[in-house]
Amino acid sequence: MGTVILLALTGLGLAALYFLVASGLSLVFGLADVLNFAHGLFLGVGAYGTWWAAGNLPGAGPDGFGFVFAVAFGVAAGTLVAILVELVLIRPLYSRTIEQVLVTVGLSLAGVALLQATWGADARPFPRPDWTRQVTGIFGAQVPNGGLLLIIAAVLVLGAILAFLRWTRYGLVIRAGVENREMVTALGIDVRKAFTLVFAIGGAAAALAGALGGVYFGTVSPGQGGSLLIFAFIVVVIGGMGSVVGSAYAAVVVGLVQQFVNYYGTSGLGDICVVGLLAVVLLLRPQGIAGKVATA
Amino acid sequence: MEPILSVEELSVRISGLHILQGVSFTVAPTGVTVLLGRNGVGKTTTLRAIVGLTPPAGEVRGTIRMGAQSLLARPTHRLVRGGLGYVPEDRCVFAGLTVAENLRLAERRGTTPAYDKVFALFPELDRRGRQRAGSLSGGQQQMLAIGRVLLNDNRLLLVDEPTKGLAPKVVTEVAEVLERVAESVPVLLVEQNLAVVRRLARDAVVLAAGKVAWTGDAHELLLETALTKSLLGVGSAEAATPSARSELASPAVAREDQL
Repeated sequence: MGTVILLALTGLGLAALYFLVASGLSLVFGLADVLNFAHGLFLGVGAYGTWWAAGNLPGAGPDGFGFVFAVAFGVAAGTLVAILVELVLIRPLYSRTIEQVLVTVGLSLAGVALLQATWGADARPFPRPDWTRQVTGIFGAQVPNGGLLLIIAAVLVLGAILAFLRWTRYGLVIRAGVENREMVTALGIDVRKAFTLVFAIGGAAAALAGALGGVYFGTVSPGQGGSLLIFAFIVVVIGGMGSVVGSAYAAVVVGLVQQFVNYYGTSGLGDICVVGLLAVVLLLRPQGIAGKVATA
Repeated sequence: MEPILSVEELSVRISGLHILQGVSFTVAPTGVTVLLGRNGVGKTTTLRAIVGLTPPAGEVRGTIRMGAQSLLARPTHRLVRGGLGYVPEDRCVFAGLTVAENLRLAERRGTTPAYDKVFALFPELDRRGRQRAGSLSGGQQQMLAIGRVLLNDNRLLLVDEPTKGLAPKVVTEVAEVLERVAESVPVLLVEQNLAVVRRLARDAVVLAAGKVAWTGDAHELLLETALTKSLLGVGSAEAATPSARSELASPAVAREDQL
Protein backbone atom coordinates (compact mmCIF):
# COMPACT_ATOMS: atom_id res chain seq x y z
CA MET A 1 0.00 0.00 0.00
CA GLY A 2 2.84 2.33 0.97
CA THR A 3 4.52 1.68 -2.39
CA VAL A 4 1.35 2.49 -4.32
CA ILE A 5 0.89 5.75 -2.41
CA LEU A 6 4.55 6.64 -2.91
CA LEU A 7 4.31 5.92 -6.65
CA ALA A 8 1.06 7.84 -6.91
CA LEU A 9 2.46 10.92 -5.15
CA THR A 10 5.79 10.92 -6.98
CA GLY A 11 3.81 10.42 -10.21
CA LEU A 12 1.70 13.42 -9.30
CA GLY A 13 4.91 15.36 -8.60
CA LEU A 14 6.08 14.56 -12.13
CA ALA A 15 2.60 15.43 -13.42
CA ALA A 16 2.85 18.79 -11.64
CA LEU A 17 6.12 19.49 -13.45
CA TYR A 18 4.60 18.55 -16.81
CA PHE A 19 1.53 20.65 -16.11
CA LEU A 20 3.59 23.74 -15.28
CA VAL A 21 5.35 23.47 -18.63
CA ALA A 22 2.31 22.34 -20.64
CA SER A 23 -0.23 24.91 -19.39
CA GLY A 24 1.57 27.84 -21.01
CA LEU A 25 2.41 25.84 -24.10
CA SER A 26 -1.24 24.94 -24.50
CA LEU A 27 -2.51 28.49 -24.06
CA VAL A 28 0.06 29.87 -26.49
CA PHE A 29 -0.88 27.32 -29.14
CA GLY A 30 -4.61 27.65 -28.48
CA LEU A 31 -4.66 31.43 -28.77
CA ALA A 32 -1.82 32.31 -31.09
CA ASP A 33 -1.43 29.08 -33.10
CA VAL A 34 2.27 29.14 -32.26
CA LEU A 35 3.97 25.81 -31.71
CA ASN A 36 6.65 27.12 -29.38
CA PHE A 37 9.65 24.82 -29.38
CA ALA A 38 11.54 27.47 -27.42
CA HIS A 39 9.29 26.95 -24.40
CA GLY A 40 11.96 24.74 -22.80
CA LEU A 41 14.27 27.76 -22.88
CA PHE A 42 11.96 29.58 -20.44
CA LEU A 43 12.26 26.60 -18.11
CA GLY A 44 16.06 26.66 -18.45
CA VAL A 45 16.19 30.40 -17.76
CA GLY A 46 13.99 29.93 -14.67
CA ALA A 47 16.18 27.10 -13.37
CA TYR A 48 19.52 28.81 -14.02
CA GLY A 49 18.14 32.18 -12.87
CA THR A 50 17.16 30.64 -9.53
CA TRP A 51 20.46 28.77 -9.27
CA TRP A 52 22.47 31.92 -10.06
CA ALA A 53 20.42 34.17 -7.78
CA ALA A 54 20.73 31.80 -4.81
CA GLY A 55 24.51 32.06 -5.04
CA ASN A 56 25.05 35.62 -6.18
CA LEU A 57 22.09 37.91 -5.62
CA PRO A 58 22.19 39.87 -2.35
CA GLY A 59 19.31 38.74 -0.12
CA ALA A 60 18.82 35.49 -2.03
CA GLY A 61 20.03 32.10 -0.87
CA PRO A 62 19.24 28.39 -0.61
CA ASP A 63 17.02 28.70 2.48
CA GLY A 64 13.93 30.44 3.79
CA PHE A 65 12.99 33.81 2.31
CA GLY A 66 16.28 33.88 0.42
CA PHE A 67 15.16 30.83 -1.56
CA VAL A 68 11.75 32.38 -2.26
CA PHE A 69 13.55 35.48 -3.50
CA ALA A 70 15.84 33.36 -5.71
CA VAL A 71 12.82 31.54 -7.21
CA ALA A 72 11.06 34.88 -7.77
CA PHE A 73 14.15 36.11 -9.59
CA GLY A 74 14.25 32.98 -11.77
CA VAL A 75 10.54 33.28 -12.58
CA ALA A 76 10.92 36.98 -13.41
CA ALA A 77 13.87 36.19 -15.71
CA GLY A 78 11.91 33.44 -17.49
CA THR A 79 8.88 35.73 -17.88
CA LEU A 80 11.01 38.53 -19.27
CA VAL A 81 12.67 36.24 -21.81
CA ALA A 82 9.23 34.90 -22.86
CA ILE A 83 7.91 38.44 -23.40
CA LEU A 84 11.00 39.42 -25.40
CA VAL A 85 10.76 36.27 -27.54
CA GLU A 86 7.13 37.06 -28.36
CA LEU A 87 7.70 40.73 -29.09
CA VAL A 88 10.95 40.46 -31.05
CA LEU A 89 10.87 37.06 -32.75
CA ILE A 90 7.32 35.69 -32.87
CA ARG A 91 5.23 38.82 -33.47
CA PRO A 92 6.63 39.50 -36.97
CA LEU A 93 5.94 35.86 -37.88
CA TYR A 94 2.28 35.34 -36.94
CA SER A 95 0.48 33.30 -39.62
CA ARG A 96 3.86 32.11 -40.97
CA THR A 97 3.93 28.69 -39.38
CA ILE A 98 7.08 27.27 -40.96
CA GLU A 99 9.16 30.32 -40.10
CA GLN A 100 7.81 30.20 -36.52
CA VAL A 101 8.84 26.58 -36.13
CA LEU A 102 12.31 27.31 -37.55
CA VAL A 103 12.79 30.31 -35.27
CA THR A 104 11.60 28.58 -32.09
CA VAL A 105 13.60 25.39 -32.80
CA GLY A 106 16.68 27.52 -33.55
CA LEU A 107 16.15 29.57 -30.42
CA SER A 108 15.79 26.44 -28.33
CA LEU A 109 19.10 25.06 -29.65
CA ALA A 110 20.83 28.44 -29.27
CA GLY A 111 19.50 28.78 -25.71
CA VAL A 112 20.90 25.40 -24.67
CA ALA A 113 24.25 26.25 -26.35
CA LEU A 114 24.33 29.60 -24.53
CA LEU A 115 23.69 27.97 -21.15
CA GLN A 116 26.38 25.39 -21.88
CA ALA A 117 28.87 28.04 -22.97
CA THR A 118 28.21 30.11 -19.87
CA TRP A 119 27.93 27.50 -17.12
CA GLY A 120 29.16 24.30 -18.73
CA ALA A 121 27.37 21.19 -19.99
CA ASP A 122 27.51 19.25 -16.72
CA ALA A 123 24.63 19.12 -14.27
CA ARG A 124 25.17 21.35 -11.26
CA PRO A 125 23.87 20.83 -7.74
CA PHE A 126 20.79 22.94 -7.18
CA PRO A 127 20.63 25.09 -4.06
CA ARG A 128 17.52 24.10 -2.13
CA PRO A 129 16.18 24.33 1.41
CA ASP A 130 17.03 21.41 3.67
CA TRP A 131 13.39 20.50 4.26
CA THR A 132 12.93 19.79 0.53
CA ARG A 133 15.58 17.02 0.84
CA GLN A 134 13.55 15.35 3.58
CA VAL A 135 10.48 13.12 3.33
CA THR A 136 7.00 13.24 4.81
CA GLY A 137 5.19 10.13 5.95
CA ILE A 138 1.78 9.80 4.25
CA PHE A 139 -0.18 6.58 4.97
CA GLY A 140 3.05 4.67 5.44
CA ALA A 141 4.79 6.07 2.38
CA GLN A 142 7.88 8.27 2.74
CA VAL A 143 7.18 10.94 0.12
CA PRO A 144 9.94 13.41 -0.87
CA ASN A 145 9.03 16.97 0.11
CA GLY A 146 10.34 18.29 -3.22
CA GLY A 147 7.59 16.37 -5.02
CA LEU A 148 4.92 17.61 -2.61
CA LEU A 149 6.13 21.17 -3.18
CA LEU A 150 5.69 20.71 -6.92
CA ILE A 151 2.15 19.35 -6.46
CA ILE A 152 1.15 22.28 -4.25
CA ALA A 153 2.70 24.78 -6.68
CA ALA A 154 0.93 23.21 -9.68
CA VAL A 155 -2.45 23.25 -7.91
CA LEU A 156 -1.95 26.91 -7.00
CA VAL A 157 -0.90 27.78 -10.57
CA LEU A 158 -3.90 25.88 -11.99
CA GLY A 159 -6.24 27.76 -9.64
CA ALA A 160 -4.63 31.10 -10.45
CA ILE A 161 -4.81 30.55 -14.23
CA LEU A 162 -8.45 29.41 -14.06
CA ALA A 163 -9.39 32.39 -11.87
CA PHE A 164 -7.58 34.69 -14.28
CA LEU A 165 -9.37 33.18 -17.30
CA ARG A 166 -12.75 33.22 -15.55
CA TRP A 167 -12.78 36.56 -13.79
CA THR A 168 -10.63 39.05 -15.69
CA ARG A 169 -11.15 40.98 -18.89
CA TYR A 170 -7.96 39.61 -20.43
CA GLY A 171 -8.99 36.11 -19.40
CA LEU A 172 -12.23 36.62 -21.32
CA VAL A 173 -10.28 37.84 -24.34
CA ILE A 174 -8.00 34.78 -24.19
CA ARG A 175 -10.93 32.35 -23.91
CA ALA A 176 -12.67 34.03 -26.83
CA GLY A 177 -9.42 34.22 -28.82
CA VAL A 178 -8.82 30.49 -28.43
CA GLU A 179 -12.26 29.95 -30.06
CA ASN A 180 -12.05 32.57 -32.81
CA ARG A 181 -9.15 34.99 -32.81
CA GLU A 182 -10.32 36.84 -35.89
CA MET A 183 -13.70 37.63 -34.35
CA VAL A 184 -12.01 39.04 -31.27
CA THR A 185 -10.22 41.61 -33.44
CA ALA A 186 -13.51 42.27 -35.25
CA LEU A 187 -14.92 43.40 -31.90
CA GLY A 188 -12.24 46.10 -31.67
CA ILE A 189 -9.79 44.22 -29.42
CA ASP A 190 -6.05 44.25 -30.07
CA VAL A 191 -5.50 40.52 -29.70
CA ARG A 192 -1.72 40.91 -29.95
CA LYS A 193 -1.65 42.16 -26.36
CA ALA A 194 -3.27 38.90 -25.32
CA PHE A 195 -0.59 37.01 -27.27
CA THR A 196 2.13 38.75 -25.25
CA LEU A 197 0.22 38.04 -22.07
CA VAL A 198 -0.11 34.30 -22.70
CA PHE A 199 3.60 34.15 -23.52
CA ALA A 200 4.29 35.89 -20.20
CA ILE A 201 1.99 33.50 -18.29
CA GLY A 202 3.50 30.49 -20.06
CA GLY A 203 7.03 31.78 -19.49
CA ALA A 204 6.36 32.34 -15.77
CA ALA A 205 4.85 28.87 -15.30
CA ALA A 206 7.71 27.21 -17.20
CA ALA A 207 10.32 29.19 -15.25
CA LEU A 208 8.63 28.11 -12.00
CA ALA A 209 8.79 24.54 -13.30
CA GLY A 210 12.52 25.08 -13.90
CA ALA A 211 13.10 26.35 -10.36
CA LEU A 212 11.00 23.67 -8.65
CA GLY A 213 12.27 21.00 -11.05
CA GLY A 214 15.75 21.87 -9.78
CA VAL A 215 14.48 21.23 -6.26
CA TYR A 216 12.83 17.95 -7.35
CA PHE A 217 15.82 16.57 -9.28
CA GLY A 218 18.48 18.21 -7.10
CA THR A 219 20.45 19.39 -10.12
CA VAL A 220 20.16 21.78 -13.02
CA SER A 221 21.51 21.16 -16.52
CA PRO A 222 21.20 22.92 -19.91
CA GLY A 223 19.27 20.09 -21.56
CA GLN A 224 16.63 19.74 -18.81
CA GLY A 225 14.14 22.06 -20.53
CA GLY A 226 14.28 20.19 -23.83
CA SER A 227 13.71 16.74 -22.32
CA LEU A 228 10.74 17.95 -20.24
CA LEU A 229 9.33 19.78 -23.27
CA ILE A 230 8.83 16.52 -25.16
CA PHE A 231 6.50 15.20 -22.46
CA ALA A 232 4.86 18.60 -22.12
CA PHE A 233 3.96 18.50 -25.82
CA ILE A 234 2.48 15.03 -25.33
CA VAL A 235 0.45 16.38 -22.40
CA VAL A 236 -0.78 19.32 -24.50
CA VAL A 237 -1.90 17.07 -27.36
CA ILE A 238 -3.62 14.57 -25.05
CA GLY A 239 -5.25 17.37 -23.02
CA GLY A 240 -6.44 19.34 -26.04
CA MET A 241 -4.75 22.39 -27.51
CA GLY A 242 -5.80 25.50 -25.63
CA SER A 243 -7.31 23.77 -22.61
CA VAL A 244 -5.61 24.38 -19.27
CA VAL A 245 -7.91 21.93 -17.48
CA GLY A 246 -7.30 19.35 -20.23
CA SER A 247 -3.55 19.79 -19.71
CA ALA A 248 -3.99 19.21 -15.97
CA TYR A 249 -5.90 15.94 -16.53
CA ALA A 250 -3.45 14.78 -19.19
CA ALA A 251 -0.43 15.63 -17.01
CA VAL A 252 -1.85 13.51 -14.18
CA VAL A 253 -2.45 10.57 -16.54
CA VAL A 254 1.01 10.83 -18.13
CA GLY A 255 2.81 11.25 -14.77
CA LEU A 256 1.04 8.30 -13.16
CA VAL A 257 1.42 6.01 -16.18
CA GLN A 258 5.14 6.77 -16.37
CA GLN A 259 5.74 6.23 -12.67
CA PHE A 260 3.71 3.02 -12.26
CA VAL A 261 4.84 1.36 -15.51
CA ASN A 262 8.48 2.24 -14.90
CA TYR A 263 8.24 0.68 -11.42
CA TYR A 264 6.19 -2.43 -12.11
CA GLY A 265 7.51 -2.96 -15.67
CA THR A 266 10.95 -2.23 -17.04
CA SER A 267 12.62 1.12 -16.57
CA GLY A 268 11.85 3.20 -19.66
CA LEU A 269 8.71 1.24 -20.51
CA GLY A 270 6.63 4.04 -18.95
CA ASP A 271 7.90 6.51 -21.56
CA ILE A 272 6.94 4.11 -24.34
CA CYS A 273 3.49 3.63 -22.81
CA VAL A 274 3.01 7.41 -22.77
CA VAL A 275 3.83 7.60 -26.48
CA GLY A 276 1.40 4.71 -27.05
CA LEU A 277 -1.25 6.61 -25.09
CA LEU A 278 -0.64 9.64 -27.31
CA ALA A 279 -1.16 7.50 -30.41
CA VAL A 280 -4.42 6.09 -29.02
CA VAL A 281 -5.73 9.57 -28.19
CA LEU A 282 -4.80 10.86 -31.64
CA LEU A 283 -6.62 7.97 -33.25
CA LEU A 284 -9.76 8.01 -31.11
CA ARG A 285 -10.05 11.66 -30.07
CA PRO A 286 -7.71 13.87 -32.12
CA GLN A 287 -8.95 17.05 -30.44
CA GLY A 288 -7.71 15.74 -27.09
CA ILE A 289 -9.55 15.31 -23.80
CA ALA A 290 -11.03 18.81 -23.75
CA GLY A 291 -10.76 20.00 -27.37
CA LYS A 292 -9.78 23.56 -28.25
CA VAL A 293 -11.32 25.51 -25.41
CA ALA A 294 -9.58 27.75 -22.89
CA THR A 295 -11.55 26.36 -20.00
CA ALA A 296 -12.37 28.64 -17.13
CA MET B 1 -24.73 63.85 -49.77
CA GLU B 2 -21.17 62.67 -49.29
CA PRO B 3 -20.96 58.88 -49.11
CA ILE B 4 -19.98 57.36 -45.77
CA LEU B 5 -17.90 54.74 -47.58
CA SER B 6 -16.22 54.83 -50.93
CA VAL B 7 -14.48 51.86 -52.48
CA GLU B 8 -12.35 52.46 -55.55
CA GLU B 9 -10.66 49.91 -57.77
CA LEU B 10 -10.60 47.34 -54.97
CA SER B 11 -8.67 44.30 -56.04
CA VAL B 12 -8.19 41.20 -53.84
CA ARG B 13 -6.05 38.18 -54.65
CA ILE B 14 -6.03 35.20 -52.29
CA SER B 15 -3.93 32.09 -52.96
CA GLY B 16 -3.53 33.01 -56.61
CA LEU B 17 -7.27 33.60 -57.13
CA HIS B 18 -8.19 37.10 -58.33
CA ILE B 19 -11.44 37.35 -56.37
CA LEU B 20 -12.13 41.08 -56.69
CA GLN B 21 -10.98 42.79 -59.88
CA GLY B 22 -11.29 46.54 -59.52
CA VAL B 23 -14.52 46.93 -57.57
CA SER B 24 -15.77 50.51 -57.11
CA PHE B 25 -18.93 51.68 -55.34
CA THR B 26 -20.13 54.04 -52.64
CA VAL B 27 -22.37 53.66 -49.60
CA ALA B 28 -24.83 56.44 -48.79
CA PRO B 29 -24.59 58.04 -45.32
CA THR B 30 -28.13 56.90 -44.49
CA GLY B 31 -30.22 53.79 -45.06
CA VAL B 32 -29.25 50.37 -46.32
CA THR B 33 -27.05 49.69 -49.33
CA VAL B 34 -27.22 46.08 -50.38
CA LEU B 35 -24.42 44.12 -52.00
CA LEU B 36 -25.89 41.44 -54.25
CA GLY B 37 -24.61 38.76 -56.56
CA ARG B 38 -24.53 35.06 -57.16
CA ASN B 39 -22.61 32.77 -54.83
CA GLY B 40 -18.84 33.15 -55.02
CA VAL B 41 -18.71 36.55 -56.74
CA GLY B 42 -16.84 38.19 -53.87
CA LYS B 43 -19.52 39.79 -51.64
CA THR B 44 -18.08 38.46 -48.38
CA THR B 45 -14.54 39.11 -49.61
CA THR B 46 -15.53 42.75 -50.20
CA LEU B 47 -16.84 43.17 -46.63
CA ARG B 48 -13.79 41.41 -45.18
CA ALA B 49 -11.43 43.61 -47.22
CA ILE B 50 -13.22 46.72 -45.94
CA VAL B 51 -12.84 45.62 -42.32
CA GLY B 52 -9.24 44.46 -42.84
CA LEU B 53 -9.83 40.73 -42.49
CA THR B 54 -8.28 39.57 -45.75
CA PRO B 55 -5.96 36.63 -44.91
CA PRO B 56 -2.28 37.60 -44.45
CA ALA B 57 -1.38 35.69 -47.59
CA GLY B 58 -3.92 37.77 -49.55
CA GLU B 59 -3.08 40.87 -51.56
CA VAL B 60 -5.38 43.88 -51.41
CA ARG B 61 -5.10 46.91 -53.70
CA GLY B 62 -7.22 49.97 -54.32
CA THR B 63 -8.72 52.60 -52.06
CA ILE B 64 -11.25 52.27 -49.27
CA ARG B 65 -12.35 55.41 -47.45
CA MET B 66 -14.79 55.99 -44.61
CA GLY B 67 -15.44 59.73 -44.77
CA ALA B 68 -12.01 61.25 -45.29
CA GLN B 69 -10.19 58.39 -43.60
CA SER B 70 -8.35 55.73 -45.55
CA LEU B 71 -9.09 52.24 -44.19
CA LEU B 72 -6.70 50.11 -46.18
CA ALA B 73 -3.74 48.60 -44.29
CA ARG B 74 -5.12 49.66 -40.92
CA PRO B 75 -5.52 46.87 -38.34
CA THR B 76 -9.04 45.55 -37.91
CA HIS B 77 -9.36 46.45 -34.23
CA ARG B 78 -8.57 50.11 -34.99
CA LEU B 79 -11.12 50.22 -37.81
CA VAL B 80 -13.77 48.77 -35.51
CA ARG B 81 -12.92 51.19 -32.72
CA GLY B 82 -13.17 53.95 -35.32
CA GLY B 83 -16.85 53.12 -35.84
CA LEU B 84 -16.89 50.30 -38.39
CA GLY B 85 -19.22 47.62 -37.00
CA TYR B 86 -19.01 44.15 -38.52
CA VAL B 87 -21.52 41.31 -38.23
CA PRO B 88 -19.92 38.34 -40.00
CA GLU B 89 -21.51 35.57 -42.01
CA ASP B 90 -22.47 32.58 -39.83
CA ARG B 91 -22.73 34.77 -36.72
CA CYS B 92 -19.38 33.77 -35.20
CA VAL B 93 -20.57 34.03 -31.60
CA PHE B 94 -18.18 32.54 -29.04
CA ALA B 95 -19.90 29.24 -28.40
CA GLY B 96 -18.04 28.44 -25.17
CA LEU B 97 -18.83 31.82 -23.57
CA THR B 98 -22.15 32.84 -22.09
CA VAL B 99 -24.39 35.40 -23.77
CA ALA B 100 -23.38 37.98 -21.14
CA GLU B 101 -19.69 37.24 -21.72
CA ASN B 102 -20.13 37.59 -25.48
CA LEU B 103 -21.63 41.02 -24.91
CA ARG B 104 -19.05 41.99 -22.27
CA LEU B 105 -16.31 41.22 -24.75
CA ALA B 106 -17.64 43.94 -27.05
CA GLU B 107 -17.48 46.61 -24.33
CA ARG B 108 -14.84 49.27 -24.83
CA ARG B 109 -12.83 51.13 -22.25
CA GLY B 110 -13.89 54.76 -21.86
CA THR B 111 -17.35 54.30 -23.37
CA THR B 112 -20.69 53.33 -21.88
CA PRO B 113 -22.04 50.19 -23.55
CA ALA B 114 -25.62 50.63 -24.79
CA TYR B 115 -27.13 47.62 -23.02
CA ASP B 116 -30.51 49.37 -22.78
CA LYS B 117 -30.67 49.73 -26.56
CA VAL B 118 -29.53 46.16 -27.19
CA PHE B 119 -31.94 44.63 -24.67
CA ALA B 120 -34.79 46.76 -26.01
CA LEU B 121 -34.16 45.30 -29.47
CA PHE B 122 -33.42 41.77 -28.21
CA PRO B 123 -35.08 41.13 -24.81
CA GLU B 124 -34.18 37.47 -25.24
CA LEU B 125 -30.49 38.28 -24.74
CA ASP B 126 -31.21 39.80 -21.34
CA ARG B 127 -33.12 36.72 -20.23
CA ARG B 128 -30.49 34.30 -21.49
CA GLY B 129 -27.42 36.08 -20.13
CA ARG B 130 -26.03 33.01 -18.34
CA GLN B 131 -26.69 30.59 -21.19
CA ARG B 132 -23.76 29.37 -23.33
CA ALA B 133 -23.95 31.03 -26.74
CA GLY B 134 -23.30 27.70 -28.43
CA SER B 135 -26.60 26.36 -27.11
CA LEU B 136 -28.68 29.22 -28.60
CA SER B 137 -30.78 28.72 -31.72
CA GLY B 138 -29.53 30.16 -35.02
CA GLY B 139 -31.86 33.14 -34.70
CA GLN B 140 -30.79 33.86 -31.14
CA GLN B 141 -27.14 33.63 -32.16
CA GLN B 142 -27.80 36.12 -34.95
CA MET B 143 -29.42 38.48 -32.47
CA LEU B 144 -26.39 38.13 -30.22
CA ALA B 145 -24.04 38.83 -33.14
CA ILE B 146 -25.96 41.99 -34.03
CA GLY B 147 -26.46 43.01 -30.39
CA ARG B 148 -22.73 42.70 -29.73
CA VAL B 149 -22.00 45.28 -32.42
CA LEU B 150 -24.79 47.63 -31.33
CA LEU B 151 -23.32 47.97 -27.82
CA ASN B 152 -21.05 50.65 -29.26
CA ASP B 153 -21.62 53.67 -31.47
CA ASN B 154 -20.97 52.92 -35.11
CA ARG B 155 -20.53 55.16 -38.14
CA LEU B 156 -21.21 52.28 -40.54
CA LEU B 157 -22.38 48.70 -40.11
CA LEU B 158 -21.25 45.87 -42.36
CA VAL B 159 -23.70 42.98 -42.10
CA ASP B 160 -23.04 39.73 -43.94
CA GLU B 161 -26.03 37.51 -44.73
CA PRO B 162 -27.86 37.98 -41.43
CA THR B 163 -30.84 35.84 -42.47
CA LYS B 164 -28.86 32.89 -43.81
CA GLY B 165 -30.22 29.59 -42.54
CA LEU B 166 -32.89 31.17 -40.33
CA ALA B 167 -36.53 30.21 -40.03
CA PRO B 168 -38.90 32.54 -41.93
CA LYS B 169 -40.36 34.01 -38.73
CA VAL B 170 -36.87 34.81 -37.47
CA VAL B 171 -35.95 36.29 -40.86
CA THR B 172 -38.77 38.77 -40.35
CA GLU B 173 -37.58 39.64 -36.84
CA VAL B 174 -34.01 40.19 -38.02
CA ALA B 175 -35.24 42.33 -40.92
CA GLU B 176 -37.30 44.44 -38.50
CA VAL B 177 -34.31 44.98 -36.27
CA LEU B 178 -32.07 45.96 -39.16
CA GLU B 179 -34.74 48.36 -40.38
CA ARG B 180 -34.76 50.06 -36.98
CA VAL B 181 -30.98 50.07 -36.76
CA ALA B 182 -30.68 51.60 -40.23
CA GLU B 183 -32.72 54.60 -39.05
CA SER B 184 -29.66 55.77 -37.12
CA VAL B 185 -26.67 54.05 -38.78
CA PRO B 186 -25.95 53.42 -42.47
CA VAL B 187 -25.69 49.73 -43.30
CA LEU B 188 -23.83 47.88 -46.05
CA LEU B 189 -25.71 44.60 -46.24
CA VAL B 190 -24.89 41.37 -48.04
CA GLU B 191 -28.17 39.52 -48.42
CA GLN B 192 -29.53 36.70 -50.56
CA ASN B 193 -33.15 36.97 -49.51
CA LEU B 194 -34.86 39.31 -51.99
CA ALA B 195 -37.84 39.87 -49.73
CA VAL B 196 -35.48 41.24 -47.10
CA VAL B 197 -33.67 43.28 -49.74
CA ARG B 198 -36.96 44.75 -50.93
CA ARG B 199 -37.95 45.67 -47.41
CA LEU B 200 -34.64 47.20 -46.31
CA ALA B 201 -32.49 48.37 -49.19
CA ARG B 202 -32.52 51.71 -50.91
CA ASP B 203 -29.39 51.31 -53.02
CA ALA B 204 -27.97 48.17 -54.59
CA VAL B 205 -24.56 47.16 -55.85
CA VAL B 206 -24.46 43.94 -57.87
CA LEU B 207 -21.22 42.01 -58.22
CA ALA B 208 -20.54 39.53 -60.99
CA ALA B 209 -17.27 37.68 -61.51
CA GLY B 210 -15.37 39.94 -59.15
CA LYS B 211 -16.55 43.19 -60.74
CA VAL B 212 -19.40 45.60 -60.23
CA ALA B 213 -22.06 44.70 -62.78
CA TRP B 214 -24.78 47.13 -61.75
CA THR B 215 -25.40 49.95 -59.24
CA GLY B 216 -28.54 51.94 -58.61
CA ASP B 217 -31.90 51.93 -56.87
CA ALA B 218 -32.59 48.55 -55.27
CA HIS B 219 -36.31 48.67 -56.04
CA GLU B 220 -35.66 49.46 -59.69
CA LEU B 221 -33.39 46.43 -59.85
CA LEU B 222 -36.05 44.19 -58.34
CA LEU B 223 -38.64 45.47 -60.82
CA GLU B 224 -36.45 44.46 -63.78
CA THR B 225 -37.09 40.76 -64.11
CA ALA B 226 -34.63 40.31 -66.97
CA LEU B 227 -31.94 42.18 -65.05
CA THR B 228 -32.36 40.22 -61.85
CA LYS B 229 -32.39 37.02 -63.82
CA SER B 230 -29.17 37.84 -65.65
CA LEU B 231 -27.35 39.31 -62.64
CA LEU B 232 -28.66 37.24 -59.78
CA GLY B 233 -29.84 34.14 -61.58
CA VAL B 234 -33.37 34.49 -60.27
CA GLY B 235 -36.61 35.81 -61.66
CA SER B 236 -38.07 38.46 -59.41
CA ALA B 237 -41.63 38.66 -60.64
CA GLU B 238 -43.00 37.92 -57.21
CA ALA B 239 -40.39 40.16 -55.61
CA ALA B 240 -41.59 43.06 -57.74
CA THR B 241 -45.16 42.90 -56.66
CA PRO B 242 -45.99 45.50 -54.01
CA SER B 243 -48.17 43.00 -52.16
CA ALA B 244 -45.12 40.86 -51.57
CA ARG B 245 -43.78 43.53 -49.19
CA SER B 246 -46.39 42.68 -46.64
CA GLU B 247 -45.71 39.00 -47.09
CA LEU B 248 -42.20 39.06 -45.75
CA ALA B 249 -43.42 37.30 -42.67
CA SER B 250 -44.92 34.58 -44.79
CA PRO B 251 -42.85 31.40 -44.80
CA ALA B 252 -43.69 30.80 -48.45
CA VAL B 253 -42.37 34.17 -49.62
CA ALA B 254 -39.29 33.95 -47.50
CA ARG B 255 -38.47 30.60 -49.05
CA GLU B 256 -39.30 31.46 -52.66
CA ASP B 257 -37.18 34.59 -52.58
CA GLN B 258 -34.13 32.78 -51.33
CA LEU B 259 -31.55 32.91 -54.10
